[in-house]
Amino acid sequence: MVPKKEKKRSKGVIKERKEKVLSALEELGEQVYDQLGKKEFPSFKMPSRSISNIIYDEKTRQYILGKRNVKRSARNVRHIRPFTQLLWTAMFVDELTAQNKTSTLRDVFYSAQAYEMDFQDQQESDNLITDLETVTGFSREDFDVFPEERSAIFGDLTIEYTVPGYEGRTLNLASHPDGVMIGPALTTSEFVRPDKRKVDKVIAIEKGGLFTRFIEERVHQRFKSVLIHTAGQAPRATRFLLRRLNQELDLPVYIFTDGDPWGMHIAMVIISGSANAAHLRELNTPDAIWGGVWATDIVDYKLPSDPLTDLDIKRLNELEKDPRYAGGLWQREIETFRKVRKKSEQEAFSRYGLTYIVDEYLPKKLKLKSN
Amino acid sequence: MTVAEVFQEISAADFFYRNRDIAGFTSPSRAIYSTIRELVENSLDACETGGIPPDIYVRLSHESGPLDGPGTYVLRIEDNGIGVPGDVIPSAFGQVLYGSKYKLRQTRGTFGLGGKMALLYGQITTHTEAQITSSNSTKSRITDIALRTDIQQNKPIVLKKKTRTNKTHWKGTIIEFKTEADYSRAMSKILEYFKQTAIIVPYANLTFVDPRGRLYRFIRGTSKVPPAPTETSPHPHGVDVETVQRMLKLTNAKSLQEFLRKQFQRIGETTARKFLQYSSLGQKKNPKNLSPGDIVKLVNAMKNYEDFLSPDPTSLSPLGEDLLATGIKKELGITEEETQNGTAFVTTLQRKPATYSGFPFIIEVGLASSKQIGGEGKILLFRFANKIPLLFDEASDVSWKVVDQLIDWRNYRVIPGETPLAVFVHVCSTKIPYKTVGKEFIADRPEVEHEILNAIREAGRNLRLYLSKREHLAQEKKRVDVFEKYLPKVAQFSTKLAKAKKEPDIKPLLKGLIKYGAEEGEEEE
Repeated sequence: MVPKKEKKRSKGVIKERKEKVLSALEELGEQVYDQLGKKEFPSFKMPSRSISNIIYDEKTRQYILGKRNVKRSARNVRHIRPFTQLLWTAMFVDELTAQNKTSTLRDVFYSAQAYEMDFQDQQESDNLITDLETVTGFSREDFDVFPEERSAIFGDLTIEYTVPGYEGRTLNLASHPDGVMIGPALTTSEFVRPDKRKVDKVIAIEKGGLFTRFIEERVHQRFKSVLIHTAGQAPRATRFLLRRLNQELDLPVYIFTDGDPWGMHIAMVIISGSANAAHLRELNTPDAIWGGVWATDIVDYKLPSDPLTDLDIKRLNELEKDPRYAGGLWQREIETFRKVRKKSEQEAFSRYGLTYIVDEYLPKKLKLKSN
Repeated sequence: MTVAEVFQEISAADFFYRNRDIAGFTSPSRAIYSTIRELVENSLDACETGGIPPDIYVRLSHESGPLDGPGTYVLRIEDNGIGVPGDVIPSAFGQVLYGSKYKLRQTRGTFGLGGKMALLYGQITTHTEAQITSSNSTKSRITDIALRTDIQQNKPIVLKKKTRTNKTHWKGTIIEFKTEADYSRAMSKILEYFKQTAIIVPYANLTFVDPRGRLYRFIRGTSKVPPAPTETSPHPHGVDVETVQRMLKLTNAKSLQEFLRKQFQRIGETTARKFLQYSSLGQKKNPKNLSPGDIVKLVNAMKNYEDFLSPDPTSLSPLGEDLLATGIKKELGITEEETQNGTAFVTTLQRKPATYSGFPFIIEVGLASSKQIGGEGKILLFRFANKIPLLFDEASDVSWKVVDQLIDWRNYRVIPGETPLAVFVHVCSTKIPYKTVGKEFIADRPEVEHEILNAIREAGRNLRLYLSKREHLAQEKKRVDVFEKYLPKVAQFSTKLAKAKKEPDIKPLLKGLIKYGAEEGEEEE
């Protein structure tokens, strides 16, 4: 624990955001309440999430929703149920947020039953959370609804909790050698601005094995970095955290994944967001850098490899046409994957000794200024 | 030469005794069902002949033996029918085939054979006599007779006979006798028989006291008895060589022309002359002098001659659309209120008379839909022939073929497995085309099948109207229910979310819904 006096608080970003969330929810309630007061069937509009309305925005370098709206009206017999469910969800998360309590998607599903708000299944209640995200523009984590966690963080960065019972307490993220789970408490914490001489970058790693290796090899000290384990495709909370580290603390973000189309896409979702979350902003880190493993690395480092499967090739073809992959590096790597028809895991560097990846490969990649 | 004449030493009673399986007396359980059925039907006929609304009382009491297997029982049947004159009682109840006649009209039994078979079965299994009490007029004395049948001689043996004054001006018949029965096995069929009889004879009061002392009462829904059928002579298309031979023996006619005019329906002088020309049998020929070859020739000519008028349907006694509807409603427990407010539906239909093989017939059908029917969405079929319910071998019956295979119920808005539906088919004829002697199911004669199919189709149009209206109402109600469920919640949640104190009043919105309907479908803009 870092003594309170020494820390330089970051701006109170989390607190500010929470207030915005609460007022957005209240606004939604007022809108419906006022319409009912005027003896009108309440309705509201929100951006359409249909595929034809998902477009790639060059400026923010992510998928966003287009201009088309859908109207949800309580007068429509097919709408009134989801309409009511949405309001219930808003009410539920409003209480959750106001009381600083967190819950999971599963909790939302079960809590609804107490109000005779019969969700048919988990999918239906999940969809309504997505609706609420679309209406308010905030993500479910802002409403304190979290998926099951599996992602972790490690490094010489101090955070200050805002969760009840821990408010104002701080934790240095290097204090536990397994890393710290990126859960609700961590996601809602404020950062204490780190000393740039000690921390000047973030390294996101797809695989747990390598994350542990990096901690053992003291990568956080040798390369002045905060390490994040994405555990495959990074959860939204982790993507949000990466963005905050990048934007609030001006730390460049490097991503290391397996050298295959799927690993490449893990990096891309961190950089440019996903189509699924096109209704949300501020989940991507446009300036993050994919450090590897590239297809060209497989060639240059003569890495042990496996042949690409048909499924891998199919995925490559899809990605080639994806506007997020328009950049030079991405097209070059897709092309190379196609040519060599090989893929390699991050662990493949172990061929040259367990520390080769840290000693030789990493320093080279961390010199990259952009993709 | 007939079979009966070849085996002259075997009496008719003996013949039926030896072949009792045919008449439905195969086992103690089947026998008690057949016994009750035959005697109830005789009683019903006795009432209807006199235009009397039947009041039938049946009591089966246990005498000895196990309750869950074959034992000895006492059966008592009382009716308020036309009664039997005292001097006729012995032959009427103790002689098989007594009163056989070659006139035709629609009755339940053909020759009153079944009732005598029932008494015979009781006599054989218990070695006791039957007690018959009858009065054929409110003014005459009552006759009490104890009798049994001499099976080998086919003759009644009167053991006791006395008459007494009729103080209560009673008319009717009471039969009481012992018989072997297995009530535990037959119970469900017997009760089903009474229930279905109550449907097809809605003007009857039926009372049944079973061996366990339980009282089943089926009250009439009307006292209107349909007019009794008139007796008619056979139609020339509906006779065979054997029948004609017997008719020739009995006739007093001096010429063939006279024989035809007197013994057959639809034959006048002109038709008789033209037909005899066609048959090339002499007009004046004495009917007693026909050779066996002539008789065959005559019958064949009758079958092939196409210019006879259709059989006379006045010998039929259908129930009528109103009575059938009364019977269906009362036994399914459908009230007038339910049919008026649309929660239940009954439609009945009677077709015009039609004929098959020289026999007139009329088809009546009923369709009912209501929650009382149950059946878990399976269509329930109730079959009747000449006001008798048919309870066995449903799947072999022509009505089943029509209902199960020939009609596509979806055309009538029936949702298979969901819509409760009962179908009632009543076949009235001077000769029901039973497939077997068991008289439990009707053969798929093309003419009969065609009439049943058309009857159900015609009645089905009303069913379709009803079901589509109900469907519409149900949808409307479902729609309003959705709003009634969710709109209060919308008010509650939004009030809480807006941190307001008072919930908005949503009643005007709900009212408006019922009036104007609501928007449908997704709107994008």
